[in-house]
Amino acid sequence: MSAAGPSQGAKGAPSGGSAAASAASVGAHRPKHVDHARRQILAWGAAMAGVAIAPGITLFDLAHGRPPAEPASRTKRWGMLVDVNRCDPDCNACVTACDREHGLPAAKTATSAQWIRKVELTDMRGRKQSLPVMCQHCAEPPCVDVCPTGASFKRADGIVLVDRHTCIGCRYCMMACPYKARSFVHEPVTGQRPDVPRGKGCVESCTLCVHRIDRDQLPACVEACAAAGHKAILFGDLNDPASEIAQRIAAVATRQLRADLNLGTGVRYAGI
Amino acid sequence: MLRGGHWTAAIRRCLAASVLLVACAAPALADAPGAGASRVPRPTAATPGGACVEDTAFMRRNHMNLIRHQRDLTVREGIRTTKHSLANCVDCHADPKTGRVTGSRDAFCEGCHAYAAVKLDCFECHADRAKTAATASVEKAK
Repeated sequence: MSAAGPSQGAKGAPSGGSAAASAASVGAHRPKHVDHARRQILAWGAAMAGVAIAPGITLFDLAHGRPPAEPASRTKRWGMLVDVNRCDPDCNACVTACDREHGLPAAKTATSAQWIRKVELTDMRGRKQSLPVMCQHCAEPPCVDVCPTGASFKRADGIVLVDRHTCIGCRYCMMACPYKARSFVHEPVTGQRPDVPRGKGCVESCTLCVHRIDRDQLPACVEACAAAGHKAILFGDLNDPASEIAQRIAAVATRQLRADLNLGTGVRYAGI
Repeated sequence: MLRGGHWTAAIRRCLAASVLLVACAAPALADAPGAGASRVPRPTAATPGGACVEDTAFMRRNHMNLIRHQRDLTVREGIRTTKHSLANCVDCHADPKTGRVTGSRDAFCEGCHAYAAVKLDCFECHADRAKTAATASVEKAK
């Protein structure tokens, strides 16, 4: 499972490269020799990390997450691959795990926020399939296009988020989203999780568990799905050809929901 | 300046001078720790032991700027250093009895904001209790 996570071994090279790039941009005023030394060390590190024992297993795992002081990297594109054939129609583990992780109320009302939901598909022959649908973390997110305040934004690593400090609760993004992924918080909120601030008057949606990704952990739904024994959701870096998710997408037929809209979703589905 | 026989005028001047002196000294006294002469009850929150992330006088004036800067770095860029993060403030300054920084005038954030009459709206969205306490309360509610 860890092979699917952000700690994936073979990511030494892209991550090391981004560290060098950010060091160069941030430390432009620093003495030159410091940059050179850091670059040299990073280059050696990247070379060492690239020494593969077997496909997917590397000798050194240098790029073990991103240091807290380093911004999210443009070299990454976090995404998910949902294998619908492995998804159990009677299982709700991803939804309950999401609620627990983000402090969403377990008792649902008509106005409750919903970050991930199970959707049942019935094809023309009557075959039923169940799949989780959440924010698809589009490359070209319509919610970002329509946001009048810039609160809806896409982070450098492809995660689409709402900055609640600037959200005015106009809900244009909810209308723009073709996946109905966003919710508006109608009621005052108490007992928030320290990692997940949320309150009345803002729009919110799946954050791809950004607080967990930043700490090198898997999203809550991915963990819960694996714990329930299904392993239907695979998480990883779509940009890294060596990652398990990228290799699976290259190997099996996958689809984007509403691919006709050309949004370049970060969440892909196999088996539908 | 004083002439014999003008005692009334002299007394009046003395009185005026002393009133002026008291008026000038009052704000300084109010600023001094432990001064009781305030129309508004002073914040009672205990400060935790150990040094804050910055100098106390600096924090009194500038904590909001540090938090606001950090919030943009964290939300927009994913920089999660803890030094100037609100969660770090709360972890240190939570009332040892209630585990919160709001909820009463004894609480660190609310106590001082009530004294200064400045609206505090961080905790309409952010957790107002130390990380362990907040996690425990959510787990209990499940």
